[in-house]
Amino acid sequence: MSAFKRDKKEEEDTGGNPYQNLDKTIILQESRYFNETPVNPRKCCHILSKILYLLNQGEKLTTQEATDAFFATTKLFQSKDVMLRRMVYLCIKELSKMAQDVIIVTSSLTKDMTGKEDLYRAAAIRALCSITDNTMLQAIERYMKQAIVDKNPAVSSAALVSALHLSSTAPDLVKRWANEAQEGINSDNAMVSYHALGLAAATRRNDKLSTVKLVTRLSKSSIKSPYALCLLIRLAAQLVEEDDSEASQPYIEFIECCLRHKSEMVIYEAAHAIVNLRKALRDLAPAVSVLQLFCGSSKASLRLAGARTLARLTAKHPTAVAACAVDLENLISDPNRSVATLAVTTLLATGAESSIDRLMKQISSFVSEISDEFKIVVVKAIRRLCTKFPRKHQALASFLAGMLRDEGGLEYKAAIADAIIALVEENPDAKETGLAHLCEFIEDCEHTTLAVRILHLLGREGPKSRQPSRYIRFIYNRVILESGPVRAAAVSAVAQFGAQRPELLPNIKVLLSRCELDDEDEVRDRAILYNAILETGDEQLINDYIINVQKPNPVLLERALRDHIEVRPTEPFDIMAVPAEEVKDTSEDIVEVEVRKPAKVAIEEIYAEQLARVPGIEQLGPLIQTVFPIDLTEPETEYRVRLLKHIYAGHVCLQFECINTLSDQILEEVYVRCEPPQDYEIVTIVPCPKLVYDKPDSVYLLLKFPSAYFDSLGTFVSKLEFVVRDCDPNTGVPDPGEGYADSYPLEDFEIGVCDQIRAKAAAEDWERAWEKAEGCPEAIDTFALPQNDIDEAAKAVCKHLGLPRNAISGEAVKEVRGFAKFRSGAPVLVRARIAPGSGGVTMHLAARSPREDLAQLILAAVG
Amino acid sequence: MGGLFSYFRGLLGAREMRILILGLDGAGKTTILYKLQVGEVVTTIPTIGFNVEQVTYKNLKFQVWDLGGQTSIRPYWRCYYGNTDAIIYVVDSADRDRIGISKDELVHMLREEELANAILVVLANKQDMAGCLTVAEVHQALGLDALRDRTFQIFKTSAVRGEGLDQAMDWLSNALQARK
Repeated sequence: MSAFKRDKKEEEDTGGNPYQNLDKTIILQESRYFNETPVNPRKCCHILSKILYLLNQGEKLTTQEATDAFFATTKLFQSKDVMLRRMVYLCIKELSKMAQDVIIVTSSLTKDMTGKEDLYRAAAIRALCSITDNTMLQAIERYMKQAIVDKNPAVSSAALVSALHLSSTAPDLVKRWANEAQEGINSDNAMVSYHALGLAAATRRNDKLSTVKLVTRLSKSSIKSPYALCLLIRLAAQLVEEDDSEASQPYIEFIECCLRHKSEMVIYEAAHAIVNLRKALRDLAPAVSVLQLFCGSSKASLRLAGARTLARLTAKHPTAVAACAVDLENLISDPNRSVATLAVTTLLATGAESSIDRLMKQISSFVSEISDEFKIVVVKAIRRLCTKFPRKHQALASFLAGMLRDEGGLEYKAAIADAIIALVEENPDAKETGLAHLCEFIEDCEHTTLAVRILHLLGREGPKSRQPSRYIRFIYNRVILESGPVRAAAVSAVAQFGAQRPELLPNIKVLLSRCELDDEDEVRDRAILYNAILETGDEQLINDYIINVQKPNPVLLERALRDHIEVRPTEPFDIMAVPAEEVKDTSEDIVEVEVRKPAKVAIEEIYAEQLARVPGIEQLGPLIQTVFPIDLTEPETEYRVRLLKHIYAGHVCLQFECINTLSDQILEEVYVRCEPPQDYEIVTIVPCPKLVYDKPDSVYLLLKFPSAYFDSLGTFVSKLEFVVRDCDPNTGVPDPGEGYADSYPLEDFEIGVCDQIRAKAAAEDWERAWEKAEGCPEAIDTFALPQNDIDEAAKAVCKHLGLPRNAISGEAVKEVRGFAKFRSGAPVLVRARIAPGSGGVTMHLAARSPREDLAQLILAAVG
Repeated sequence: MGGLFSYFRGLLGAREMRILILGLDGAGKTTILYKLQVGEVVTTIPTIGFNVEQVTYKNLKFQVWDLGGQTSIRPYWRCYYGNTDAIIYVVDSADRDRIGISKDELVHMLREEELANAILVVLANKQDMAGCLTVAEVHQALGLDALRDRTFQIFKTSAVRGEGLDQAMDWLSNALQARK
């Protein structure tokens, strides 16, 4: 009784959270109490919760501490208390990541998972899978298989989900449980069915054929579980994305069929999948009308889902969304502010110029009530409007300025500043007002990075305005009031005015002289430097060091510096050798383009680190693209070689990714002997010193492209050369003695046009760009194509040019429209018209580019 | 007051005695544990870790820990030595090759401070197998002659036939109660 009283008193003392101010050492001490017999379940549960609380607060235990706590916890298996046992499972799961020798509870958990107490079984499975490593997995395999097909849905789900987690570390073993998982898919329990499908799909992750079979079979059977159906829709949509041929038609039909399901979840998933398919579909209407219905639903979650999906869709299919205007109008006054924001921004994006004022008024009525995240959505929508309707800039700019004055985080403020900066840069009429708003903003801006950016912009744009002197007052105020970095940026901005407006120079010099007395080194140094340069009156000097300062690309600079330290740390570093910032291509702005394949970015990222091994690679400029790998050997041979082409503006880096599939051999000094076409020049070869069994490694070959674009097309002949040493297949230790030299021929490969260009499907304003390019050199020719079907022919043309399928339009006469950028940065527009002719298919191909040879090259690619 | 208290304790059943079953892998520890608990021979698999069960024998309650005997698990035995009242050490009498290892493990274990007061019962198990060592031979091979300052006894058992276990448990119960 007295103990109870004391507990109560303590509780009162600590206030709301009894676990506040827990101390790690004290709790680890307390865990020794687990060794006492008999066990007091209540007290032990309390200590276990404290441990769990600590771990979830991010407290780190050393391996020894964790192991001690773990072994103490295992003593609690002697208690039969159900609640305590379940707490023990939770603790085991948390500690298993840090403690050693956790397999000690394997037998106890196996017993609980197969025992009679249902409250133990599912949790024991989860704990067991968390303590089991790959070597022990086989020992529990039989139990896992049984548990997957258990009658109790909780047990079955626990086993399925645990298996799913295990499949990332032991995919081969879990694959053997596929039959049990299959059985689970047909379960009457919605969750079991869903989890089983999840496992079945995960074990087939790298096996496309088998995934196809699974989806095909299941889409015909009638799965009851709505969760499983949602997952199936996602799998089907993925297959459609990966396969452009007609073979994916049944999946599309399946998804469309799901639009008529009785569960809202499934209907939404299907609609979402359809509108997000990259492939152009014949008919979006059924999906859009489902979303439209959702917008009118009484459930807020459905309205949000509908509005959000439609908002995303505006970028791709504005016309489809425009049809929902009435429903979205109704949502403007929705009590849920998130729904209202989405509706308004969507309407802004699709609506006409005349409706802007009304909508803007609507937004301003509730903008203060929504979260930053949604405010950013609004800002982005307004930014798009600025580009679309330049005439409305006055209203839009003052609205943005109003938002700037409100409370908000850095991200939100940065989005607004970005929008105003974009407005200033794009629209000359809006410049003065925009700059005025920004000036006002930095008067009271707590974010250093933003203030620095805006000062830089004022320094660049201010001197060109009609009344430059009015900006100087704002900028100089910063020098007086702000922190070091902002003052330094202000000094640089002031110097710009002095350099560009001679009439202001005397005043600027006075200001700079005052800054020479600043406390901060950086501010003082800048002021002295600029003053000295302005003093000389040398126009060249002023231009090079104040107005147009050469700035190296920071990414390339970092790489060059790292390389320099590794290779020749004693020599001085030459900053001029680092390529300058990439010159922004103006053609990018003419044609708004979608990135061809999002996966592209990923593969370039994967290989960026590996490429850093090639000396001098940082001096080649940015990587233009990495071409998807091609195999240079037959599958299932002794050595497997894949080729990746990394394309730079003037160079190509060939990466031969080799895998040695013979466990009893080590290859040394692996080298690729390559005969490139005539005008290519081999810069360096980076051989691979050692290739052990099943560990991929690469040989790199850096080549310089021929100076004439035309000479860059051709075939490469190559073979692999290496020294073979036999080794022990188990330990990998090489046998003593010399190895012997051997070579292995590789398949020939080519560098074609599609490797050297980044092509994109034409966007809406392609037509305008095409007309604008009328003055450019044009290459035109007519070809007879071997294909009989214009559909096939159009696809073949796309493949040759590296264009996606959605570049194709038209029915009787197919037209392929595309935009591409050559590796050098030169843009080219392509139009191919394909029509059925007398004996086959004829194509009229035209390419327009500022560089005539590039236009010719495109023609050569097809011809 | 103390007398009264112990009287009640005797009436309600004493504190649970803590017993460890140890021995090399395959000696029959898990089989013995479940034979004692449920009175039946159950199918077992190699114990990875431990099993812990409550065993009631003639109104006495024991908390019995059966620790796995594989080489990889033996190092963890010591984590469970604390507060142990008795050790049942199981030997596979038919495994002549490894009796030496079994002796080493036993000697090593008995040296532990925490087990200084624990009563030892040695079970020469698998007496049903042809060609097995006799009790005397096991006694000899384990070097039990050299044991000083320890209450111990050796029994011949066959867990699968259920022979010898009762005698061993009778002796153990008496020894534990006598010590109190």
